[in-house]
Amino acid sequence: MRKELGILTLLMLLCAVVALLNPQFVGAANIQNTSRLIGTYGIFSIGVGVVIVTGGIDLSVGAVFVKKRVLLSIMLTEWQWPPLLAVAVVLALGSALGAVHGVLITRLGLQPFLVTLCGLLLYRGLARYIAADVVQGFGAGTGFEWLRDLTTGSIAGIPMPFVILIVVASIMWVLLHRSVYGRYLLAVGRNEEAARYSGINSRRIITSAYVISGLLAAVAAILLAFYTNSVSPSSHGNFYELYAIAAAVLGGCSLRGGEGSIIGIVAGTALLQVLRNLVNLLDIPSSLDFAVMGAVILIGVIADQVLRPQK
Amino acid sequence: MLEMSGISKRFPGVTALDAVQFSAGQGEVVALVGENGAGKSTLMKILSGIHAPDSGTITLQDKPVSIRSPRDAARLGIGTIHQELEVIDTLDVAANIFLGREPTWAGPLQLVDRRQIYSDARKALARVGLDVGPDSPLRLLSTAQKQLVEIARALSRDARLLIMDEPTSSLTLKETERLIELVTELRRSGVSIVYISHRLDEIEQLADRVVVLRDGRNSGELKRGDINRDRMVQLMVGRDLKSFYADTTSVPGPVRIEMRNLRTEKYPAHAVSLSLCSGEILGLAGLVGAGRSELARVLFGVDRSRGGEILLDGAEVNIRSPLDAIRLGIYLVPEDRRISGLLTGMSVRENVTLPNLSQFSTAGWIRRDDESAVAQSLCGELKVRAPSVEVKAGSLSGGNQQKVVLAKWLSLSPRALLFDEPTRGIDVGAKAEIYQLMRQLAGQGVAILMISSDMEEVLGVSDRVAVLHEGRLTGVLLRSECTQENIMRLAVA
Repeated sequence: MRKELGILTLLMLLCAVVALLNPQFVGAANIQNTSRLIGTYGIFSIGVGVVIVTGGIDLSVGAVFVKKRVLLSIMLTEWQWPPLLAVAVVLALGSALGAVHGVLITRLGLQPFLVTLCGLLLYRGLARYIAADVVQGFGAGTGFEWLRDLTTGSIAGIPMPFVILIVVASIMWVLLHRSVYGRYLLAVGRNEEAARYSGINSRRIITSAYVISGLLAAVAAILLAFYTNSVSPSSHGNFYELYAIAAAVLGGCSLRGGEGSIIGIVAGTALLQVLRNLVNLLDIPSSLDFAVMGAVILIGVIADQVLRPQK
Repeated sequence: MLEMSGISKRFPGVTALDAVQFSAGQGEVVALVGENGAGKSTLMKILSGIHAPDSGTITLQDKPVSIRSPRDAARLGIGTIHQELEVIDTLDVAANIFLGREPTWAGPLQLVDRRQIYSDARKALARVGLDVGPDSPLRLLSTAQKQLVEIARALSRDARLLIMDEPTSSLTLKETERLIELVTELRRSGVSIVYISHRLDEIEQLADRVVVLRDGRNSGELKRGDINRDRMVQLMVGRDLKSFYADTTSVPGPVRIEMRNLRTEKYPAHAVSLSLCSGEILGLAGLVGAGRSELARVLFGVDRSRGGEILLDGAEVNIRSPLDAIRLGIYLVPEDRRISGLLTGMSVRENVTLPNLSQFSTAGWIRRDDESAVAQSLCGELKVRAPSVEVKAGSLSGGNQQKVVLAKWLSLSPRALLFDEPTRGIDVGAKAEIYQLMRQLAGQGVAILMISSDMEEVLGVSDRVAVLHEGRLTGVLLRSECTQENIMRLAVA
């Protein structure tokens, strides 16, 4: 709870400062835009966060992302598949890739870092090959307008991705913080052996975390695909995994596993997006945006460590 | 040689030490005893530079010293052999002995002088009588050998005062004897030793003087001639512990678990056939490495068996994971409770209910109130001393941690309980409580298997004793046949 309060305070403070320096920050267009990004990034960050809770790491989300989007655009525009089927295939594929990662990690005992790093390279390479390294778009979107509207539209002025994030976050909050499954996730992340000695099927639990991560990455991929409307297979989704890991850690997940909070992850994602937004609004050269993020995250974790009450 | 006086230390909420006096002469073995939480560890942590005292003075050879870090302590010739050995498994023996002060070639690169380090290590190993190559990887050594490496490390730093914290808690009888010999040799060469142990028989054998702490204060001191078990216990607990071991009068019932030609991963060549009756406590004795834990791990489904059958109440069962065992009502209280027994970073409540969460949940949603209520009542029943069930399990003392592990299984209904070293590193008071609990459970018809390297415990608690030697069952003794000699003969057979 303390960590969540810390990050929420930091977020509020940052928002207040940016709003004071540039009132455009609280303009409707900017809020809509930022919340859309928070929505999309938040969804897959939660997935990565769940993996981190088990003591693992998922580096492949960015690449899973781009692969899904290239596939989606090919299925919809070239093969003219029904949109519902295309969406189902993308979600199923996302989960399946997660399951493969999970099985490699739990059955063969491979390290999560390696498995998902290879996944990253493999999927991005495949995506570029499938798309022949050409930017993929959705054209005029004939035949799947409703899907586009659903993903890029809004409810009562709130962008769809943000609405979906709220839904996903609520479900995941109950799952992680109130359910038996969540207790098992935390237990396995803390100490897999003791969890196993208590009768928990730790392999299944860990694998399921990667499935969730793959699935949520697929959801976010679909949302973002229609928003930007075109995909460059070589650069799209770059660093997404790092945004997700940063958000999870800012939000109180320990990379050692066993600790994490859904509210924290969402707040962490919001913080990162506000920082990007700040770079834009305050006329800081956009080439500096990673530097700004890096600096703020570092200051945040230093403050957290220094201000931590001594045991 | 060492003089600590008026040492006080407060932690938030507790006074750990209150004006404690402690001294050690040159070549003297001083035993420091007391129940867990009596302040022994805190006092020694002050001496080894981990904690700073709030008040009090320390003099070494008549010179006042201030010990602010473990480095200071090492420089002053104070070496500590920790209970949880602080060695690095992935390095070799020599690297461990000289960690942080490797002999190097001249020059700015500080390259390690490999010839020097190995020959120095060989000398250090000879001094503790450890017969392994200085280049053997540490992970291949037994616990006892690793401990000797740690002692060699301290001695090679010219330690004049060695603090040994529960040095024999994971050693076999034979290894213990070897260690006691070594301590005697060190004493002869003028090294002072502070010996912390719960094993009072060792202290009787070894100590020149006993300093007893109770609740952070000196409660008494015994000189060589006055050292005996009863007086130590009396000073430790402030009362007599008459019935330390509960009466062993329960009548065993029908066979609960029957092992037929069971083979373990470690000793596939030896088939073990052994039965465990409901209502009995079967002691499983043997040297460390005799395959006792392996047998328990097969029964609990942690390891797969390499052949043979397990019958539970007469029916053959297939146990392939702890989950299978738990469903059948067979539970293990493992030897390394901080690793396999408990989630030390989670609360007592979460630990107690972990194997049984489905009982406290509706459609996957945990009912917190029910959960808390059950955790509280079980902890009350087992007299777990904790501020609340919400504190982290790792913050409790060893005895209370062990009770939490037990509470976890009592929230289900056990048919058989397997205890592996149930009282290792646990203080006298909590030990007695755990023995009583075991007896009480046996009285309710639970079948209990107790693996123990503590001979006194095996003799005091068991109804029957089975002895293993290198994976082979060398004998089963009835209570009337149980003597230390009989068990030892079978253990080394």
